[in-house]
Amino acid sequence: MTELIGYVFPNEHHVHWSFMIVLYPYITGLIAGAFIMSSLYHVFNVKALRPVSKFSLVFAFAFWTCCTLPLLNHLGHPERALNMLITPSPTSAMAGFGYIYGSYGILLIMELLLVYRKTLVELYQRSSGALKKVYWLLTLGVPHVTPESEEADKKAIKFLAAIGIPWACFLHGYVGFIFGGVKAVHWWFTPLMPVVFLLSACVSGIAGIILLYILIMKYRGEEPDAACLKSCVKYLWGFFILDLTMELLDVGIHAYLRVEHWHIVEGLLNGPLHTSFWIMQLGVFSLIPFLLLAWMSLADVKPRLLQLSAAVVSVMILIQVILMRWNVVIGGQLISKSGRGYSAFHLEFLGKEGLLAGMIIMALPLVILYFLSKILPLWHSSSEAEA
Amino acid sequence: MSSNSAASRKVLTKDEARALIDRDRRSFIKKVIGGVFAGSLLMVLEAGSGELPPAQLPGVRGREYGFADHRFAFVVDINRCIGCGSCCVADKREYNVPDHAYRTWIERYLIAEDGEVFVDSPDGGLHGFKPRTDIDKPIRDGFFVPKLCNMCKDAPCVQVCPVGATFKTPDGFVLIDYERCVGCAYCVQACPYAVRYIHPVLHTADKCTWCYHRVRRGLLPACVNACPTKARKFGDLNDPDSEISKILRSPEIITVLKKEMGTAPNLYYLGARQEVM
Repeated sequence: MTELIGYVFPNEHHVHWSFMIVLYPYITGLIAGAFIMSSLYHVFNVKALRPVSKFSLVFAFAFWTCCTLPLLNHLGHPERALNMLITPSPTSAMAGFGYIYGSYGILLIMELLLVYRKTLVELYQRSSGALKKVYWLLTLGVPHVTPESEEADKKAIKFLAAIGIPWACFLHGYVGFIFGGVKAVHWWFTPLMPVVFLLSACVSGIAGIILLYILIMKYRGEEPDAACLKSCVKYLWGFFILDLTMELLDVGIHAYLRVEHWHIVEGLLNGPLHTSFWIMQLGVFSLIPFLLLAWMSLADVKPRLLQLSAAVVSVMILIQVILMRWNVVIGGQLISKSGRGYSAFHLEFLGKEGLLAGMIIMALPLVILYFLSKILPLWHSSSEAEA
Repeated sequence: MSSNSAASRKVLTKDEARALIDRDRRSFIKKVIGGVFAGSLLMVLEAGSGELPPAQLPGVRGREYGFADHRFAFVVDINRCIGCGSCCVADKREYNVPDHAYRTWIERYLIAEDGEVFVDSPDGGLHGFKPRTDIDKPIRDGFFVPKLCNMCKDAPCVQVCPVGATFKTPDGFVLIDYERCVGCAYCVQACPYAVRYIHPVLHTADKCTWCYHRVRRGLLPACVNACPTKARKFGDLNDPDSEISKILRSPEIITVLKKEMGTAPNLYYLGARQEVM
């Protein structure tokens, strides 16, 4: 990926969508995946996932707050970003982002406030000073609950989560559409792109939740709930099977059809992307987690070993998904539209859209999550009744 | 003859000669004063202001511009292009195009006897082309292909622009509103011809405009003017007498680039071989 190969059009020597645009679908994926994880409990009543149901929502919200950062950092004129909301072009897939992202945020906030409503009321009654005012605000100025209101809240939670699932799917499927709808880039131009993006989103979200659940519990000196962890691992395996199937189908169908543009894509996969796609994405970071997940799901693994292997698998899957984003976003741009060559991309460390900026953007949601945990308890207390 | 010249020669008296000198002196002083005055005016009024070069496109000047009255198109005659780079130089000067960005460029195609195709475009052909020394195969064909915006009728760049900064005019141009563009580069991705780039100073998308500012003044695009072989042709398809109309109605084989993209370009190629992409 270091040198130009063949003939590349003169304007293609520079890759315009850089590391920031790799992170953007990665973050939206984490949000969508985490929300779906939470909805599995709230809508489909998967009781085993109760320990992480609240955490998943806060996790999704923390990442939601930072989702636009890579985009704003990438734009040539970030000060004009609101033009997309004020004067959107109805024919543009990208113009819908502000509305989809914004409405999803509203839904997420409403869901959060309702799920935490009883807790917030209790915290309001227990707290004092500025924090009391914060809780008063978060209860929307109604700091009391009744059995009737609780029942109504439960219905509302279920309703919002039920809307939230298709909306989360839409959010991330839409991100895949942004790429899949570009006919000029052969590596992106496939109707499977939104599906692949969506499934990898679920996978990354679940992996993120598993990893942080284990790490935070260990940090607190507690044991992660074994049944919950096992369920998470099973869901991760299930979604990963679907994700991997779609990824392989996408490549496999094109490879089998062997139409003209496949030869260009083939050159990309066997050339500049050989290591990052075949060896890393599909080899090391898919095959090993796949086998480990199958073993963890099917065998009777001891809790300690399950925790360790689940953490390792989650890290590997989080890497697999970012590799997939990288290979799609950067890889697609490496194919010259001349059909006769491949461009090159150099990831800077200190540049505006470099590795350091990316690491800061990825760390920010975790910092926000930390502060949110000071206001919203991430875990169910043992005395809490099932919501 | 000698008698005539002798007759015309009149001997002046001293007073007559003095009067003649005085008249010439007054005339000289008048002319100097007039010249100084006129010169001063030129310092105030810009020389040639408001004057355009003679019109090159009929039916544009001297009347209100009707968007629907024109349907401009561009034809590149590949058999005429000599790869001199004059068009690229003219374009770079017209727009002060930054280095490593290209509104237009020229590609050199060399086709070997065995069918292998070699394409290059060093600096976009801005400095012309030096002979290639890296090919040790017999070459059976060689030609130059100028590239520029295709001004597609169904332009993907217009479709994907999230803020409508890239738009289409009824007279056949795809233009960019630099005051609205957010610099997201979605149009750069969507253009199948790679004619777009992000301007390093403006931080917005940029591309060839077929010199819209010149066309609206009845002038040909800068690259068309600069081409010494008339490989670049521009005109109004609504004008049946234009060269463009005649070419596109002729039995010549006319092609567009990447037809399968469904973009319906307004840029046509005359004599493009199948290897041209």
